[in-house]
Amino acid sequence: MNAQHNPARIIAVQESFVTIRMADSNARPLMKNEMVEICPQQGSAEYPVRLKAEIMRVNGKEAHAQVFENTRGVGIGDPVVQTGQMLSVSLGPGLLGQVYDGLQNPLEELAVQYGTFLPRGAEESALDRKRSWSFVPIVQVGTRLKAGDVIGTVQEGRLAHKIMVPFDQPGEVVVTWIQQGAFTIDMAVAHLKDEKGREQTMTLSQKWPVRRPLPTHMLEKNLCKRLYPSEPLITTQRIIDTFFPIAQGGTACIPGPFGAGKTVLQHLMAKYSTADIVIVIACGERAGEVVEIITEFPKLTDPRGGGSLMDRTIIICNTSSMPVAAREASIFTGITLGEYYRQMGFNVLILADSTSRWAQAMREMSGRLEEIPGEEAFPAYLDSSIKSVYERAGIIQSRDGDIGALTLVGTVSPAGGNFDEPVTQSTLGTVKSFLGLSADRAYKRFYPAIDPLLSWSRYLEQLAPWFTKKFSGNWDKQVGALLALLQEGDRVNQMMQVTGEEGINLDDFVTFLKARLLDDAYLQQDAFDPVDASCSLARQEVVFNLIYKLVNRTYTFADKDAARHHFITVTGLFKNLNYAGEKSPDYDSLLSQLEQIAADS
Amino acid sequence: MVNALIRYSKVLEIRGDIIRIQVPKRLVEQGNGPRFGELAVVEDQPSFLSLAQVIDLRMESVTLQLFQGTKGLSTDASVRFLGHPMGVTYSENILGRVFRGNGSPIDGGPDLSQEPRVPLGGPSANPMRRKLPSNMIRTDVPMIDLFNCLVESQKIPIFSVAGEPYNAFISRIGIQADSDIVVFGGLGLIFDDYHFFRTSLEEAGVFSRTVMFINQASDPVVERLLVPDMALTVAEHFAVNEGKRVLVLLTDMTAFADGLKEVGVSMDQVPSNRGYMGDLYTQLATHYEKACNFAQGGSVTILGVTTMPGNDVTHPVPDNTGYITEGQFYLHNGVIDPFGSLSRLKQLVIGKVTREDHGQLMNTLIRFYSGAKEAEQKQAMAFELSNFDHKLLKFGGLFRERFMDINVSMPLENALDLGWQTLAECFDAGELLMKQALIDKYFVQ
Repeated sequence: MNAQHNPARIIAVQESFVTIRMADSNARPLMKNEMVEICPQQGSAEYPVRLKAEIMRVNGKEAHAQVFENTRGVGIGDPVVQTGQMLSVSLGPGLLGQVYDGLQNPLEELAVQYGTFLPRGAEESALDRKRSWSFVPIVQVGTRLKAGDVIGTVQEGRLAHKIMVPFDQPGEVVVTWIQQGAFTIDMAVAHLKDEKGREQTMTLSQKWPVRRPLPTHMLEKNLCKRLYPSEPLITTQRIIDTFFPIAQGGTACIPGPFGAGKTVLQHLMAKYSTADIVIVIACGERAGEVVEIITEFPKLTDPRGGGSLMDRTIIICNTSSMPVAAREASIFTGITLGEYYRQMGFNVLILADSTSRWAQAMREMSGRLEEIPGEEAFPAYLDSSIKSVYERAGIIQSRDGDIGALTLVGTVSPAGGNFDEPVTQSTLGTVKSFLGLSADRAYKRFYPAIDPLLSWSRYLEQLAPWFTKKFSGNWDKQVGALLALLQEGDRVNQMMQVTGEEGINLDDFVTFLKARLLDDAYLQQDAFDPVDASCSLARQEVVFNLIYKLVNRTYTFADKDAARHHFITVTGLFKNLNYAGEKSPDYDSLLSQLEQIAADS
Repeated sequence: MVNALIRYSKVLEIRGDIIRIQVPKRLVEQGNGPRFGELAVVEDQPSFLSLAQVIDLRMESVTLQLFQGTKGLSTDASVRFLGHPMGVTYSENILGRVFRGNGSPIDGGPDLSQEPRVPLGGPSANPMRRKLPSNMIRTDVPMIDLFNCLVESQKIPIFSVAGEPYNAFISRIGIQADSDIVVFGGLGLIFDDYHFFRTSLEEAGVFSRTVMFINQASDPVVERLLVPDMALTVAEHFAVNEGKRVLVLLTDMTAFADGLKEVGVSMDQVPSNRGYMGDLYTQLATHYEKACNFAQGGSVTILGVTTMPGNDVTHPVPDNTGYITEGQFYLHNGVIDPFGSLSRLKQLVIGKVTREDHGQLMNTLIRFYSGAKEAEQKQAMAFELSNFDHKLLKFGGLFRERFMDINVSMPLENALDLGWQTLAECFDAGELLMKQALIDKYFVQ
């Protein structure tokens, strides 16, 4: 507790919302978004707890604060310690492989300390304070540095973790002392002197307030710059990479009703995407899904090589039974960690499941603040909040020339599966890739249940130069042609619903079968098959060209049954091709059979 | 405790189930004022007595929610604070007992007031101390065991409609499922249903390992909101402290959500969707998330009933529930729908703790049944039927009779054998499209 100031006091409690009043004399000023700690004086026999809260609104000498925990046992007059800090996270080596709650408490440490349950107000250091890291400086005494400049590195797993000058450092600093060796995160590794001659100590870790984008100051001072995304993030899911690509440093959303497979799709992306670091934010979802990741990932190897999948993963876990206010904060916690690694030049993928729960948390808090509700009682600032979250994605080139990307993919859980609700609509107005899941496809067990007729990606055009350079000159036109085929197939299908098979001509029927082949053999992908779960870009190119030839060759069939029979055979071959490991004898023989069929006409 | 002895008698407001009373400033300044969530007793002449809970604290006033409602309460009432939050009796002796929503027994059995109590709710389990589920709970209902297994620590609702036999079905599962303890939470039950549940559990001989928390339709709505808390708190303690495998049955969670709506409106909260408050998801999730496979301890499995008003699955209650739970069983027209129903955890047990042919047989039966439905449609529209269509029609009839009838009861192994037998009666081996090794082993024509 700060001895110079008298603590504020609680004057009202409603659910997780408290009103506090500054002390009459010698009070510390109230700051919006300041973290305060409530100390319930008595009531329960529990150990002394300190409940964290965030000030949401200041009104004269009073302030409303949202408590991150259950407020049971809080009474009028309880003292409130003002920290003078905004909600912040610790940044430094040791973040990778951790499982944090929404306020960056490491859950494993809490489990060791407190056992099966998460008690109120429990707090642990986010980074391991005992572990020492081998620090290698890359600057000498006398070097002049600015915010975000690198002073040295430590090896974190297979990544060289850069230690950087504080991101909001005003002006220039000069190194007055720097040392190589093994340090814990609290030990001084360098001394810096600013223009006014003030010395400051640098350790391996620093703090950053989560609600402020990390490069804000550096962008203002031209210490780093944002670039236009021009490369795709490879997810190894055929339907995404080929038809609805996501750019590195881009944004995407996955809305879908329950049971459509949002979480499975996100897990696939977490496993197979070609990112350096994956941050999974389990925001208001089931704890069981996190348990699955925690159990499974350490056993899988990182597709980038070296170590287990868990070594490149950070999990922010604020499941649906954990406090609502911390759920709202958890998205920002995850994004800030992502921005930190992006600043080092890494390719970071953030998967947020689900942004609807985050928006609902915002709605609950807004309701308690008695703000005037907008559509479906969401606050009026819903749209701008969603935009400002997705806008934190992007590509940043730092002063040393390294380029880092932060890609943000959020799931949306629209009420009743209806995409017209406010959260989906605001998200669609922001993201550039929309992977809409449909209940209809999930019902038919067409996974991933991304509806190709509904979804779109504005990156298809933006990344066309990359794809045409990598593959063939008319890749984008071929993709466009196949998307048109799907539309056409759907049109015929709808006609058949009315007239029956006998009501359409053979040509239309063949179009329908071609669209069906494309869907069955290319768009659908078996998440539970060891081979088919992930399809490399090189393999996608092979099968894409094959299927393109198959649907574009000319066919002559005697009747519809012959046509159906032919396409069922081809689909069967294609499915087996997808299940066959690359370079296996099956793969080669199936491929040549299909090539043969494609060449016939 | 000091304030336990003080009676507060200045009633400022009585509205809905809520009263607001004045608290002397002097007491608050000494730090002896009431605390959030604290329990209190409200008394009035001639014989009014109710427990109440602090739901709002101000500088000089406290708002309390009365469990028994406020009918007949006057400004003469007095309030005594008890210094502790709401709790529930928890000991070995509560097995075989029936409680109402305020936690007192209603079965006329021995007094339990001296038994230990534990606070309601409690913190959530640390995901790092949860275990991936791996045990199947056998219910002997083939539509569940064979097609959508119930897995230990799963939370799964039965989506149904008023008039369907969901209560009979859930009580049958409670009786047949292999769990150590059954905790039953009845919300807004009409007397006949309560009587039915109690007698069927008694007659089946499982009552000695059952605890019932009953809120009858005539009981106050505030008590209804406490029933899931009580049931789950007790279940969690049995699982963690005694290592028991506990099955919690909750019927009907739509009544719980409606109770939340009622209380929310009386507290002037802003509704978000069809009158339900914005925190409906959180409220339901905090309860369903109590389902847990503890790394150190037993497990809590939740099987609930959610009735869908107007058979509308996009209604806020089933919709939010579907996002929270690990699958759902649809009970329509007296049968469990094999297509809409889903157990998200079934792949953790199918073929792993069950027989090798389980997965393939399940998929094949569903595929043929879906074919049978299409053939029936063709038949209804008087289209021409192929030979294979006739086989499918025969299969469809047998499938409904042997598996889908919710009164059918048989162990999983028998159901698997019957599945193969049914296939053999309708199809040739070449039509199955299954792994040849399985066909060789199980298919006997």
